[in-house]
Amino acid sequence: MAEIIQEEKGKGGKKKAKKHPPHIDMTPMVDLMCLLITFFMLTTAFAKAKVMEIVLPEKIENPDEQRSAVAESRNVNIILGPDNRLFWYPGAVKPEEYNNNIFPPLQELDYSATGVRQLLLDKNKTLARKIAEFRDKVTRGELVLTQDSILGSIKKLKSDDDTGPFVQIKAYKEANYGNFVDILDEMNICGIGRYMFVDITWYEEKMVEIATGKTAIASAK
Amino acid sequence: MPKIKLPTKSPRIDMTPMVDTFAVILTFLMLTATMRQTEPATVDTPFSISEKPTPDFNTMTFLIAADGKVFMNMDNGPDTAFKFRPKILEEMGNRYGLEFSDAEKREFEKFPSSMGVPIMQMKQFLAGKSSKERDPFQVGIPADSLDNQLAMWILCARQVNPNIQASIKGDSKTPFPAVKKVLDNLQDKKINKFMLVTSLEAAEINLEEIQQ
Repeated sequence: MAEIIQEEKGKGGKKKAKKHPPHIDMTPMVDLMCLLITFFMLTTAFAKAKVMEIVLPEKIENPDEQRSAVAESRNVNIILGPDNRLFWYPGAVKPEEYNNNIFPPLQELDYSATGVRQLLLDKNKTLARKIAEFRDKVTRGELVLTQDSILGSIKKLKSDDDTGPFVQIKAYKEANYGNFVDILDEMNICGIGRYMFVDITWYEEKMVEIATGKTAIASAK
Repeated sequence: MPKIKLPTKSPRIDMTPMVDTFAVILTFLMLTATMRQTEPATVDTPFSISEKPTPDFNTMTFLIAADGKVFMNMDNGPDTAFKFRPKILEEMGNRYGLEFSDAEKREFEKFPSSMGVPIMQMKQFLAGKSSKERDPFQVGIPADSLDNQLAMWILCARQVNPNIQASIKGDSKTPFPAVKKVLDNLQDKKINKFMLVTSLEAAEINLEEIQQ
Protein backbone atom coordinates (compact mmCIF):
# COMPACT_ATOMS: atom_id res chain seq x y z
CA MET A 1 0.00 0.00 0.00
CA ALA A 2 2.65 2.44 1.02
CA GLU A 3 4.59 1.87 -2.16
CA ILE A 4 1.62 2.55 -4.39
CA ILE A 5 1.00 5.86 -2.72
CA GLN A 6 4.65 6.76 -3.16
CA GLU A 7 4.54 6.05 -6.88
CA GLU A 8 1.50 8.17 -7.37
CA LYS A 9 3.15 11.06 -5.64
CA GLY A 10 6.19 10.62 -7.82
CA LYS A 11 4.05 10.95 -10.91
CA GLY A 12 2.61 14.10 -9.59
CA GLY A 13 5.97 15.73 -10.07
CA LYS A 14 6.38 16.74 -6.45
CA LYS A 15 9.91 16.33 -5.28
CA LYS A 16 10.02 14.48 -2.04
CA ALA A 17 12.67 12.35 -0.42
CA LYS A 18 11.96 8.69 -1.06
CA LYS A 19 10.53 7.09 2.01
CA HIS A 20 12.33 3.96 3.07
CA PRO A 21 10.55 1.34 5.09
CA PRO A 22 11.71 1.88 8.66
CA HIS A 23 14.74 -0.35 9.00
CA ILE A 24 16.16 -0.91 12.45
CA ASP A 25 19.79 -1.82 12.61
CA MET A 26 19.87 -5.08 14.55
CA THR A 27 23.63 -5.44 14.73
CA PRO A 28 24.16 -3.90 18.20
CA MET A 29 21.37 -6.10 19.54
CA VAL A 30 23.00 -9.18 18.06
CA ASP A 31 26.31 -8.15 19.57
CA LEU A 32 24.75 -7.73 22.96
CA MET A 33 23.01 -11.08 22.80
CA CYS A 34 26.21 -12.81 21.75
CA LEU A 35 27.89 -11.31 24.76
CA LEU A 36 25.14 -12.42 27.14
CA ILE A 37 25.07 -15.94 25.72
CA THR A 38 28.81 -16.24 26.09
CA PHE A 39 28.57 -15.03 29.67
CA PHE A 40 25.86 -17.51 30.56
CA MET A 41 27.59 -20.40 28.83
CA LEU A 42 30.77 -19.77 30.75
CA THR A 43 29.18 -19.34 34.15
CA THR A 44 26.67 -22.16 33.93
CA ALA A 45 27.51 -25.50 35.44
CA PHE A 46 25.85 -27.66 32.83
CA ALA A 47 26.75 -31.18 33.75
CA LYS A 48 25.99 -31.81 37.36
CA ALA A 49 28.75 -33.64 39.13
CA LYS A 50 28.08 -37.30 39.75
CA VAL A 51 28.55 -39.09 43.02
CA MET A 52 29.68 -42.57 43.85
CA GLU A 53 28.40 -44.03 47.06
CA ILE A 54 30.65 -45.97 49.35
CA VAL A 55 30.02 -47.48 52.73
CA LEU A 56 33.00 -48.06 54.96
CA PRO A 57 32.99 -50.77 57.60
CA GLU A 58 32.19 -49.48 61.03
CA LYS A 59 35.10 -48.90 63.32
CA ILE A 60 35.43 -51.78 65.70
CA GLU A 61 35.59 -50.37 69.20
CA ASN A 62 36.09 -53.70 70.83
CA PRO A 63 38.88 -55.53 68.99
CA ASP A 64 38.05 -58.83 70.67
CA GLU A 65 34.81 -59.05 68.75
CA GLN A 66 35.20 -61.60 66.04
CA ARG A 67 34.44 -60.64 62.48
CA SER A 68 32.47 -63.08 60.43
CA ALA A 69 34.87 -65.52 58.88
CA VAL A 70 35.23 -65.54 55.12
CA ALA A 71 36.75 -68.40 53.22
CA GLU A 72 40.36 -67.42 52.77
CA SER A 73 40.54 -68.77 49.25
CA ARG A 74 38.08 -66.15 48.11
CA ASN A 75 40.11 -63.31 49.58
CA VAL A 76 41.72 -60.85 47.21
CA ASN A 77 43.83 -58.13 48.78
CA ILE A 78 44.42 -55.12 46.61
CA ILE A 79 46.97 -52.61 47.79
CA LEU A 80 47.23 -49.13 46.32
CA GLY A 81 50.92 -48.41 46.10
CA PRO A 82 53.01 -45.28 45.56
CA ASP A 83 53.45 -43.70 42.08
CA ASN A 84 50.10 -45.06 40.82
CA ARG A 85 51.27 -48.64 41.22
CA LEU A 86 48.95 -51.38 42.23
CA PHE A 87 49.62 -54.69 43.96
CA TRP A 88 47.63 -57.69 44.99
CA TYR A 89 47.98 -60.97 46.81
CA PRO A 90 45.45 -63.72 47.40
CA GLY A 91 44.40 -65.14 50.74
CA ALA A 92 45.79 -63.73 53.94
CA VAL A 93 49.07 -63.56 55.80
CA LYS A 94 49.02 -65.72 58.89
CA PRO A 95 50.35 -64.37 62.20
CA GLU A 96 53.05 -67.04 62.40
CA GLU A 97 54.26 -65.92 58.97
CA TYR A 98 54.56 -62.20 59.55
CA ASN A 99 55.89 -62.62 63.05
CA ASN A 100 58.76 -64.58 61.55
CA ASN A 101 59.26 -62.01 58.82
CA ILE A 102 58.03 -64.24 56.05
CA PHE A 103 56.08 -62.14 53.62
CA PRO A 104 54.34 -63.52 50.57
CA PRO A 105 55.40 -61.63 47.44
CA LEU A 106 53.04 -59.08 45.95
CA GLN A 107 52.01 -59.28 42.34
CA GLU A 108 51.97 -56.05 40.41
CA LEU A 109 48.90 -54.90 38.50
CA ASP A 110 47.92 -51.74 36.72
CA TYR A 111 44.71 -49.76 36.39
CA SER A 112 44.18 -50.63 32.75
CA ALA A 113 41.52 -52.93 31.29
CA THR A 114 44.08 -55.71 30.95
CA GLY A 115 45.38 -55.32 34.49
CA VAL A 116 43.16 -55.26 37.51
CA ARG A 117 39.97 -55.55 35.47
CA GLN A 118 41.12 -58.80 33.92
CA LEU A 119 41.95 -60.23 37.33
CA LEU A 120 38.67 -59.19 38.89
CA LEU A 121 36.56 -60.38 35.97
CA ASP A 122 38.41 -63.66 36.06
CA LYS A 123 37.67 -64.14 39.75
CA ASN A 124 34.15 -62.86 39.41
CA LYS A 125 33.17 -64.76 36.25
CA THR A 126 29.86 -66.20 37.33
CA LEU A 127 28.45 -63.03 38.78
CA ALA A 128 29.80 -60.77 36.05
CA ARG A 129 28.23 -63.00 33.42
CA LYS A 130 24.89 -62.95 35.21
CA ILE A 131 24.94 -59.16 35.39
CA ALA A 132 26.06 -58.77 31.78
CA GLU A 133 23.34 -61.15 30.59
CA PHE A 134 20.78 -59.23 32.58
CA ARG A 135 21.92 -55.92 31.10
CA ASP A 136 21.91 -57.49 27.65
CA LYS A 137 18.30 -58.57 28.07
CA VAL A 138 17.34 -55.04 29.09
CA THR A 139 19.10 -53.42 26.13
CA ARG A 140 17.54 -55.92 23.73
CA GLY A 141 14.15 -55.02 25.12
CA GLU A 142 13.27 -58.47 26.43
CA LEU A 143 12.83 -57.03 29.88
CA VAL A 144 11.17 -53.70 30.34
CA LEU A 145 12.11 -52.22 33.67
CA THR A 146 12.59 -48.81 35.16
CA GLN A 147 16.10 -47.60 35.94
CA ASP A 148 15.48 -48.11 39.66
CA SER A 149 14.39 -51.71 39.35
CA ILE A 150 17.34 -52.45 37.06
CA LEU A 151 19.70 -51.21 39.74
CA GLY A 152 17.73 -53.09 42.37
CA SER A 153 17.92 -56.34 40.43
CA ILE A 154 21.65 -55.97 39.97
CA LYS A 155 22.05 -55.31 43.67
CA LYS A 156 20.09 -58.48 44.40
CA LEU A 157 22.24 -60.49 41.99
CA LYS A 158 25.29 -59.20 43.84
CA SER A 159 24.02 -59.99 47.32
CA ASP A 160 22.81 -63.47 46.33
CA ASP A 161 26.15 -64.35 44.82
CA ASP A 162 28.38 -66.70 46.75
CA THR A 163 31.10 -67.46 44.21
CA GLY A 164 32.74 -64.09 43.69
CA PRO A 165 35.86 -62.83 45.42
CA PHE A 166 35.94 -60.97 48.68
CA VAL A 167 38.02 -57.94 47.83
CA GLN A 168 39.83 -55.98 50.50
CA ILE A 169 41.21 -52.66 49.39
CA LYS A 170 44.07 -51.15 51.28
CA ALA A 171 45.94 -47.94 50.67
CA TYR A 172 49.64 -47.48 51.25
CA LYS A 173 50.42 -44.07 52.71
CA GLU A 174 51.82 -42.72 49.45
CA ALA A 175 48.77 -43.59 47.38
CA ASN A 176 46.56 -40.77 46.15
CA TYR A 177 42.85 -40.17 46.14
CA GLY A 178 42.54 -40.75 42.40
CA ASN A 179 43.78 -44.32 42.87
CA PHE A 180 41.17 -44.87 45.56
CA VAL A 181 38.32 -43.73 43.33
CA ASP A 182 39.73 -45.67 40.37
CA ILE A 183 39.77 -48.94 42.28
CA LEU A 184 36.28 -48.43 43.68
CA ASP A 185 35.12 -47.66 40.17
CA GLU A 186 36.74 -50.86 38.98
CA MET A 187 34.67 -52.76 41.59
CA ASN A 188 31.53 -51.27 40.08
CA ILE A 189 32.61 -51.98 36.51
CA CYS A 190 33.39 -55.61 37.28
CA GLY A 191 30.27 -56.02 39.39
CA ILE A 192 32.07 -57.20 42.50
CA GLY A 193 29.46 -58.06 45.09
CA ARG A 194 31.59 -57.92 48.18
CA TYR A 195 34.37 -55.45 48.68
CA MET A 196 35.48 -53.24 51.47
CA PHE A 197 38.07 -50.68 52.28
CA VAL A 198 40.18 -51.53 55.28
CA ASP A 199 43.20 -50.04 56.99
CA ILE A 200 46.54 -51.29 55.83
CA THR A 201 48.46 -53.41 58.32
CA TRP A 202 52.13 -52.99 59.17
CA TYR A 203 53.15 -56.21 57.47
CA GLU A 204 51.36 -55.21 54.29
CA GLU A 205 53.19 -51.89 54.32
CA LYS A 206 56.39 -53.84 54.58
CA MET A 207 55.32 -56.02 51.67
CA VAL A 208 54.78 -52.91 49.55
CA GLU A 209 58.17 -51.58 50.55
CA ILE A 210 59.80 -54.83 49.53
CA ALA A 211 57.92 -54.87 46.23
CA THR A 212 58.88 -51.30 45.40
CA GLY A 213 62.48 -51.89 46.44
CA LYS A 214 62.41 -49.42 49.34
CA THR A 215 63.43 -52.10 51.80
CA ALA A 216 65.80 -54.78 50.67
CA ILE A 217 64.54 -58.28 51.39
CA ALA A 218 67.69 -59.00 53.38
CA SER A 219 67.07 -56.16 55.82
CA ALA A 220 63.44 -57.18 56.25
CA LYS A 221 64.43 -60.58 57.43
CA MET B 1 19.06 -6.62 -27.17
CA PRO B 2 18.68 -4.32 -24.29
CA LYS B 3 20.29 -5.48 -21.20
CA ILE B 4 17.98 -6.25 -18.35
CA LYS B 5 19.12 -4.18 -15.48
CA LEU B 6 18.54 -5.79 -12.18
CA PRO B 7 17.61 -3.43 -9.42
CA THR B 8 20.66 -2.95 -7.26
CA LYS B 9 19.90 -3.74 -3.69
CA SER B 10 21.90 -2.54 -0.79
CA PRO B 11 23.70 -5.60 0.66
CA ARG B 12 21.80 -5.68 3.84
CA ILE B 13 21.31 -8.92 5.75
CA ASP B 14 18.15 -9.25 7.70
CA MET B 15 19.23 -9.84 11.27
CA THR B 16 15.79 -10.51 12.69
CA PRO B 17 15.84 -14.36 12.53
CA MET B 18 19.30 -14.34 14.04
CA VAL B 19 18.12 -12.17 16.88
CA ASP B 20 15.17 -14.50 17.39
CA THR B 21 17.42 -17.55 17.64
CA PHE B 22 19.74 -15.81 20.04
CA ALA B 23 16.84 -14.72 22.18
CA VAL B 24 15.62 -18.31 22.43
CA ILE B 25 19.08 -19.62 23.38
CA LEU B 26 19.52 -16.82 25.88
CA THR B 27 16.18 -17.48 27.54
CA PHE B 28 16.96 -21.18 27.72
CA LEU B 29 20.35 -20.56 29.31
CA MET B 30 18.94 -18.07 31.78
CA LEU B 31 16.23 -20.44 32.90
CA THR B 32 18.44 -23.49 33.26
CA ALA B 33 21.41 -21.67 34.72
CA THR B 34 22.84 -22.75 38.00
CA MET B 35 25.78 -20.59 38.69
CA ARG B 36 29.09 -22.32 38.87
CA GLN B 37 30.60 -21.83 42.27
CA THR B 38 34.07 -20.54 42.56
CA GLU B 39 35.87 -22.86 44.89
CA PRO B 40 38.78 -21.71 47.05
CA ALA B 41 40.95 -24.38 45.49
CA THR B 42 40.79 -25.90 42.05
CA VAL B 43 40.00 -29.56 42.21
CA ASP B 44 40.12 -32.04 39.34
CA THR B 45 37.74 -34.74 40.40
CA PRO B 46 38.60 -38.30 39.37
CA PHE B 47 36.46 -40.16 36.88
CA SER B 48 34.00 -42.93 37.54
CA ILE B 49 31.15 -44.67 35.77
CA SER B 50 28.64 -43.71 38.43
CA GLU B 51 25.58 -41.95 37.02
CA LYS B 52 24.04 -40.87 40.27
CA PRO B 53 23.63 -37.10 40.38
CA THR B 54 24.68 -35.07 43.39
CA PRO B 55 21.76 -34.44 45.72
CA ASP B 56 20.60 -30.84 45.97
CA PHE B 57 20.00 -30.66 49.68
CA ASN B 58 21.11 -32.10 52.98
CA THR B 59 24.72 -32.47 52.04
CA MET B 60 27.96 -31.32 53.50
CA THR B 61 30.77 -31.35 51.02
CA PHE B 62 34.37 -31.69 52.02
CA LEU B 63 36.68 -30.24 49.45
CA ILE B 64 40.13 -31.71 49.77
CA ALA B 65 42.68 -29.84 47.70
CA ALA B 66 45.76 -31.42 46.20
CA ASP B 67 47.89 -29.93 48.99
CA GLY B 68 45.75 -31.55 51.66
CA LYS B 69 43.82 -28.46 52.78
CA VAL B 70 40.26 -29.22 53.78
CA PHE B 71 37.36 -26.93 52.99
CA MET B 72 33.75 -27.48 53.92
CA ASN B 73 30.46 -26.46 52.41
CA MET B 74 26.91 -27.22 53.44
CA ASP B 75 23.57 -26.27 51.98
CA ASN B 76 20.94 -24.15 53.58
CA GLY B 77 18.29 -26.86 53.62
CA PRO B 78 15.53 -27.78 51.16
CA ASP B 79 13.64 -24.63 52.08
CA THR B 80 14.94 -21.13 52.74
CA ALA B 81 13.07 -21.13 56.03
CA PHE B 82 15.37 -23.80 57.46
CA LYS B 83 18.42 -21.54 57.53
CA PHE B 84 20.80 -24.35 58.38
CA ARG B 85 23.96 -22.43 57.61
CA PRO B 86 23.55 -19.62 60.15
CA LYS B 87 22.40 -22.15 62.73
CA ILE B 88 25.49 -24.25 62.20
CA LEU B 89 27.67 -21.17 62.59
CA GLU B 90 25.86 -20.19 65.77
CA GLU B 91 26.34 -23.68 67.17
CA MET B 92 30.04 -23.52 66.29
CA GLY B 93 30.26 -20.13 68.01
CA ASN B 94 28.72 -21.55 71.17
CA ARG B 95 31.34 -24.25 71.36
CA TYR B 96 34.26 -21.90 70.87
CA GLY B 97 32.85 -19.06 72.99
CA LEU B 98 32.22 -16.73 70.09
CA GLU B 99 29.14 -14.62 69.62
CA PHE B 100 28.19 -14.00 66.02
CA SER B 101 25.98 -11.04 65.20
CA ASP B 102 22.98 -11.33 62.91
CA ALA B 103 24.85 -9.51 60.17
CA GLU B 104 27.72 -11.96 60.40
CA LYS B 105 25.37 -14.90 60.27
CA ARG B 106 23.67 -13.47 57.23
CA GLU B 107 27.07 -12.99 55.63
CA PHE B 108 27.91 -16.64 56.33
CA GLU B 109 24.59 -17.76 54.90
CA LYS B 110 25.25 -15.86 51.71
CA PHE B 111 28.81 -17.06 51.24
CA PRO B 112 28.48 -19.13 48.08
CA SER B 113 31.38 -21.53 48.15
CA SER B 114 33.35 -23.79 50.44
CA MET B 115 35.05 -22.25 53.42
CA GLY B 116 38.21 -23.29 55.14
CA VAL B 117 38.64 -20.72 57.85
CA PRO B 118 39.82 -21.45 61.39
CA ILE B 119 36.94 -20.52 63.65
CA MET B 120 38.94 -17.90 65.52
CA GLN B 121 39.44 -15.94 62.30
CA MET B 122 35.84 -16.36 61.20
CA LYS B 123 34.82 -12.87 62.31
CA GLN B 124 37.57 -11.14 60.33
CA PHE B 125 36.78 -13.41 57.40
CA LEU B 126 33.10 -12.47 57.41
CA ALA B 127 33.95 -8.78 57.78
CA GLY B 128 35.86 -8.93 54.50
CA LYS B 129 34.07 -7.14 51.69
CA SER B 130 35.57 -8.81 48.64
CA SER B 131 37.12 -12.13 47.80
CA LYS B 132 40.46 -10.33 47.77
CA GLU B 133 40.08 -9.48 51.44
CA ARG B 134 38.67 -12.89 52.30
CA ASP B 135 40.96 -15.25 50.47
CA PRO B 136 43.95 -14.92 52.85
CA PHE B 137 41.80 -16.46 55.60
CA GLN B 138 41.01 -19.54 53.50
CA VAL B 139 43.79 -21.70 54.88
CA GLY B 140 41.85 -24.91 55.38
CA ILE B 141 39.98 -26.15 58.44
CA PRO B 142 42.37 -27.27 61.18
CA ALA B 143 41.96 -30.99 61.70
CA ASP B 144 44.88 -32.09 63.84
CA SER B 145 44.28 -33.87 67.09
CA LEU B 146 45.07 -30.82 69.27
CA ASP B 147 42.57 -28.53 67.64
CA ASN B 148 40.13 -30.59 65.65
CA GLN B 149 37.72 -28.02 64.31
CA LEU B 150 36.75 -30.27 61.42
CA ALA B 151 35.23 -32.78 63.82
CA MET B 152 33.37 -29.94 65.53
CA TRP B 153 31.96 -28.67 62.25
CA ILE B 154 30.74 -32.18 61.45
CA LEU B 155 29.18 -32.49 64.88
CA CYS B 156 27.42 -29.11 64.64
CA ALA B 157 26.19 -29.77 61.11
CA ARG B 158 24.75 -33.09 62.22
CA GLN B 159 23.13 -31.50 65.26
CA VAL B 160 21.43 -28.80 63.23
CA ASN B 161 20.49 -31.05 60.32
CA PRO B 162 20.21 -34.72 61.30
CA ASN B 163 19.58 -35.79 57.69
CA ILE B 164 22.83 -34.38 56.42
CA GLN B 165 24.95 -36.62 54.22
CA ALA B 166 28.66 -36.37 53.69
CA SER B 167 30.16 -36.06 50.27
CA ILE B 168 33.82 -35.84 49.51
CA LYS B 169 35.26 -33.91 46.62
CA GLY B 170 38.92 -34.56 46.29
CA ASP B 171 41.54 -33.84 43.68
CA SER B 172 42.84 -36.98 42.04
CA LYS B 173 46.34 -36.01 43.16
CA THR B 174 45.44 -35.52 46.82
CA PRO B 175 47.64 -37.77 48.94
CA PHE B 176 45.57 -40.49 50.49
CA PRO B 177 46.41 -39.75 54.16
CA ALA B 178 44.71 -36.33 53.81
CA VAL B 179 41.53 -38.04 52.64
CA LYS B 180 41.87 -40.69 55.30
CA LYS B 181 41.97 -37.98 57.97
CA VAL B 182 38.60 -36.64 56.83
CA LEU B 183 37.17 -40.17 56.56
CA ASP B 184 38.39 -40.96 60.06
CA ASN B 185 36.82 -37.81 61.45
CA LEU B 186 33.53 -38.69 59.83
CA GLN B 187 33.69 -42.26 61.07
CA ASP B 188 34.36 -41.05 64.58
CA LYS B 189 31.04 -39.26 64.32
CA LYS B 190 29.41 -42.52 63.16
CA ILE B 191 29.04 -41.55 59.53
CA ASN B 192 29.96 -44.60 57.50
CA LYS B 193 28.28 -43.77 54.22
CA PHE B 194 29.93 -41.31 51.90
CA MET B 195 29.43 -39.95 48.47
CA LEU B 196 32.51 -39.36 46.40
CA VAL B 197 32.10 -36.63 43.83
CA THR B 198 33.36 -37.76 40.44
CA SER B 199 33.07 -36.85 36.80
CA LEU B 200 31.32 -39.19 34.45
CA GLU B 201 33.34 -41.49 32.27
CA ALA B 202 32.09 -44.21 29.98
CA ALA B 203 33.30 -47.74 30.53
CA GLU B 204 31.64 -50.71 29.01
CA ILE B 205 32.30 -54.36 29.39
CA ASN B 206 30.36 -56.72 27.26
CA LEU B 207 29.47 -60.36 27.43
CA GLU B 208 32.14 -61.52 24.96
CA GLU B 209 34.90 -59.98 27.00
CA ILE B 210 33.92 -62.06 30.02
CA GLN B 211 33.49 -65.26 28.08
CA GLN B 212 36.97 -65.04 26.63
